[in-house]
Amino acid sequence: MKILVPVKRVADPDNANKVKVSGDGTKVTSDGLEWKMNPFDEWSLEAALRLTENGSSKDRVGEVVLVSIGPKDAVQTIRQGLAMGAERGILVESDDDSLDSHVVAQVIAAIAAEEKPDVIFFGKQSADGDSNVAGTKLAEMLDWPLVNYAMAISTDDEGKSFTVKRELDVGQQTLKVQSPCVFTSSDRILQPESVKNGVTPADFAYPESEGGRYASLKGIMKAKKKPVDEKSLADLGVEAKRVNEYVKFDLPPARSGSTTFVESVEELVQKLHSDAKVL
Amino acid sequence: MALVDYYAIEEELHEDERLVRDNVRRFVEAKVMPIIARHYQDGTFPEDLVPQFAELGLLGANLEGYGCAGMGDVAYGLAMQELERGDSGVRSFCSVQGSLCMYPIHAFGSEAQKERYLPGMAEGKIIGCFGLTEPDFGSNPTGMLTKAERLPGGGFRINGTKRWITNGNLAHVAIIWAKLDGRVHGFLVPTETKGFTAQKIDDKWSLRASVTSELILEDVEVDEDALLPGVAGMRGPLSCLSQARYGICWGAIGAAIGCYETAVSYAKDRVQFSKPIAGYQLVQAKFAHMLTEITKAQCLTLRLGRLKESGKYRPQQISLAKRNNVHHALEIARMARDVLGGNGIMYEYPIGRHMMNLETVYTYEGTHDIHTLILGQDITGIPAFD
Ligand SMILES: Cc1cc2nc3c(=O)[nH]c(=O)nc-3n(C[C@H](O)[C@H](O)[C@H](O)COP(=O)(O)OP(=O)(O)OC[C@H]3O[C@@H](n4cnc5c(N)ncnc54)[C@H](O)[C@@H]3O)c2cc1C
Repeated sequence: MKILVPVKRVADPDNANKVKVSGDGTKVTSDGLEWKMNPFDEWSLEAALRLTENGSSKDRVGEVVLVSIGPKDAVQTIRQGLAMGAERGILVESDDDSLDSHVVAQVIAAIAAEEKPDVIFFGKQSADGDSNVAGTKLAEMLDWPLVNYAMAISTDDEGKSFTVKRELDVGQQTLKVQSPCVFTSSDRILQPESVKNGVTPADFAYPESEGGRYASLKGIMKAKKKPVDEKSLADLGVEAKRVNEYVKFDLPPARSGSTTFVESVEELVQKLHSDAKVL
Repeated sequence: MALVDYYAIEEELHEDERLVRDNVRRFVEAKVMPIIARHYQDGTFPEDLVPQFAELGLLGANLEGYGCAGMGDVAYGLAMQELERGDSGVRSFCSVQGSLCMYPIHAFGSEAQKERYLPGMAEGKIIGCFGLTEPDFGSNPTGMLTKAERLPGGGFRINGTKRWITNGNLAHVAIIWAKLDGRVHGFLVPTETKGFTAQKIDDKWSLRASVTSELILEDVEVDEDALLPGVAGMRGPLSCLSQARYGICWGAIGAAIGCYETAVSYAKDRVQFSKPIAGYQLVQAKFAHMLTEITKAQCLTLRLGRLKESGKYRPQQISLAKRNNVHHALEIARMARDVLGGNGIMYEYPIGRHMMNLETVYTYEGTHDIHTLILGQDITGIPAFD
């Protein structure tokens, strides 16, 4: 089974106060930002790794290929994924400003044509732009089946087909899809028994986790030797022509107010009522 | 994942080094921070972290082969920094296991000893402790009384008492330094050997989330293959201490960063008189001092790491950084404690814990003043120990 996982570097969401907007408000400036793998991509990568390994012995039984589109230092995001266990990476060089979901989907479609994966596993959205478009657009371009917000995935034929569960407001939906297909994931995909690949022993459960696995120090050492191909947009025959034009970015309003310490629950309730007026 | 990095040291780090730091940091935030104050309060070591340390590859991380990660020294140091940003006791566990126990087996052990111990130690299934200090011989371990004698049919009998031994009650194997025919040798003593007892030292103010023990060896008999064949004399234990002290240099920066970050964020929120206390010059002077010392320690220690990686370091250079970094970490912890006022003494904040822990770090692995004397001897050529 071969899974393509697009990974994007985003400004560390835990450090959102460092994000700054250019003078004219049309873009987010990247100087001084700390980067991190988009957490939603990380969920999908974790699911892809679980689909392609024996969870108990940790033997790899499939291939995960990472793709990142961005400047040269985006390779660090790929390297993190390789250290977590993916086999190789592709860096498509581009500056961040010439990308939108449309260009991204075109790039991934071009790579899919070369790589012929069984699954392309996107994050449901990116933590910076929150557009929630690329995966859906790609499935449309390729004319592949799409399952958004997968919460559980299983296969018993090495990825030729999948049974996928989705969480809806009104309950759960179960679908059966043939590969090649496109998935995005919800956080429930990280639950201990959400991924079944027919190889991992049935009684094995992954540890509870709120994100992808940590890269072990050995994994990091191995990742140094794993191949990362570099490509340009031109190599893939993609023109960096955005269909979206960003008009304006505004930062959230500055936090106001201060901390008040209270002595008792009664005082808290009284303050919430009379001072904060939220009760 | 904010970084205190005033001099863009990030740019001097290799990609794998950043990855090590960031993954260990994430691990510490998720698995150590939420539980550590409770363990500290209860005086218990979080034993369930051990398999997780192993899975991350933190045990013996800078050793080659035998299931170890084979990281460079800077990557290893950054891992120690992040661990100690959590707690000095947690870092101490990993230092003792990797630098004080796995290192001597790796460096001075026979092939059979390496095969027998190292993979299990990297997996956290065999825990080690390092017995050098004795009740009456701390700064002066050369005077140790613990003695090994040859048994007529082969093997050794060991008698003596070791004190302040980290991981003593957790250990499956103790590395006991003892005099054999007047020279110091290392012995790998399985802790279930008859005559070996470990007594936990509980009533301590510092390093409470770490096990400290007294080891008593009464006619402990071990086989011939318990002896570490590759070294004799004080060079054996001292070379282990160099490794562990190197990790401490980084660890102290982690504890200092933890205190500094807590104090800055607290001071921005805490209003006294008419504005946040962060707006007063006296408080700002403290922050300027803390940041300066953290930045100096980072530059110093990174350079030390590069020297170590190229094999060109001298132990005295490690003494300089250990002495400097721990001294300033303790000073920063005390200043940060002050900035938090009454809250500075609470378990809710990590500062009091770091401050108390650093008292141990100041003393173990060569006290501050002993490192002063090591430097003094290096500068003048005259030892001032006696
Ligand atoms: C929590 C904890 C964990 C430890 N873990 C271990 C371990 O795992 N293994 C191990 O072997 N040891 C361990 N130690 C022991 C530690 O290394 C010793 O405590 C340290 O070496 C100091 O020895 P001491 O306590 O006997 O103090 P002393 O040597 O009695 O020193 C007391 C004071 O005298 C000063 N002093 C001593 N000699 C001189 C001199 N010549 N000139 C000027 N001043 C001097 C010292 O600097 C110090 O200020 C641990 C200690 C602690 C507290």
